[in-house]
Amino acid sequence: MAGLTTSDALIQVTGLRKAFGTTLVLDGVDLSIRAGEAVGLLGPNGAGKTTLLKILATVARPTRGAARIAGHDCAREAERVRGLVGLVAHGTHLYDDLTALENLKFWRRFAGERPDPEALQGALAQVELDDCADVRVRTFSAGMKRRLSLARMLLARPRVLLLDEPFSSLDQGARKWLEQYLHAFTAGGGAILMATHAFGRELDVAERLVILANGRIIADTPRGTLGAEEIHRLYALHTEDAS
Amino acid sequence: MTFVRRAWAVVWKDVLAERRSKETVNAVLFFSVLLLFVFEFTLGADRDRLASVLPGLLWLGVLLAALLGLGRSFVLERENECWEALLLTPGDKSAVYVGKLAGNLLLMALVEAVVLTLFTLFMNVDVGRALPGLLLVLALGTLGIAAVGTLFGAMTAHVRARELLFPVLLLPVLVPVLLAIVKSTEALLAGEPLGVVSHWLKLLVAADVIYVVVGLLTFDVLLEG
Repeated sequence: MAGLTTSDALIQVTGLRKAFGTTLVLDGVDLSIRAGEAVGLLGPNGAGKTTLLKILATVARPTRGAARIAGHDCAREAERVRGLVGLVAHGTHLYDDLTALENLKFWRRFAGERPDPEALQGALAQVELDDCADVRVRTFSAGMKRRLSLARMLLARPRVLLLDEPFSSLDQGARKWLEQYLHAFTAGGGAILMATHAFGRELDVAERLVILANGRIIADTPRGTLGAEEIHRLYALHTEDAS
Repeated sequence: MTFVRRAWAVVWKDVLAERRSKETVNAVLFFSVLLLFVFEFTLGADRDRLASVLPGLLWLGVLLAALLGLGRSFVLERENECWEALLLTPGDKSAVYVGKLAGNLLLMALVEAVVLTLFTLFMNVDVGRALPGLLLVLALGTLGIAAVGTLFGAMTAHVRARELLFPVLLLPVLVPVLLAIVKSTEALLAGEPLGVVSHWLKLLVAADVIYVVVGLLTFDVLLEG
């Protein structure tokens, strides 16, 4: 993606380093993702995928280098960035003792909005949870929680999606829905960075694959140029515990 | 208006979750009743001894119950990493502090109502004449305890030894409040008019203002961690 200027890119990462104590997790990462593009972020455990997503989402701060969303610096303009990104991470960001509808209501109210009942029901219907609107989240399966978490994020209308294993725990129907949603999201001009371990159909969403190992990008290539075997070989080259 | 809506959302969510789970309310109320039983058995029927230690016991009951409740203020946010989502939602984060503080005030008010009622019954104390003044002291003291407790509850939420660290941090900071509320309560229960304890009340008001302002100003930084 060389040649992308800052104004073209919705996500721009330059010379990003992140260390926890003496452990270097990200070591000079450069990455650009333009509007309308979905990028799959692959890498073995401990490669730094989640850390990269957390820096872009403003949860973590870089040790050195810069990360920008739509031109806004993730460290210095965190509040501006937060209005632009949607993060789906390992935590579902849901309260177990509230119902599905109450969870969505709370997060819209906390965003300073008056929740529109139709929009809330619509978001639940989109993730096929409209029948469970008044059921406590504590009783949901992991897949249902993941879908509700996605519905929560949809209501925030982000321009950039940062997804950490978004397809995990989803059944076939929900996977299909999510694929369609992500395609529609990029068609609408949004950008997606999706971290995953899987080499399967999930990657169909991505137009480009970036492989991270030992905190460095070891491959940045259009999807289709690398097969699962080649990805495994790259993992093995750069890590001892290739999966 | 957005700030109020955000703070209200936090109160609404916490009250709703607590009403369903009843985890904190049940534990705190049960603990308060147990504590009163222990006090009753320890002190027996010696009225003179009782009169001299009553203000301390009343507030000890409230404080110990509050330690249990306040320390759990942010446990809910740790589940499913909701803390992260609170941080990532754009807007003034001190609304979370105000919402949590309001929720803690409600919890403490409930505990105090139970503790005070049981005290009057168990210890056979007549608080009738002192009640208006006592309620004022309770309100000011509760605000001070809850303001610091909410802040330190957030501060220790992600610490491994939080149950240990929370009271160790909280109690020294609360010394001025504890001193003022115990001394005021002692005077009021002895039949003194409210004017006699006005200097303690001023100290309570000043402490409350300082604690709440510090909480509001530092919560953003604390949440960003």
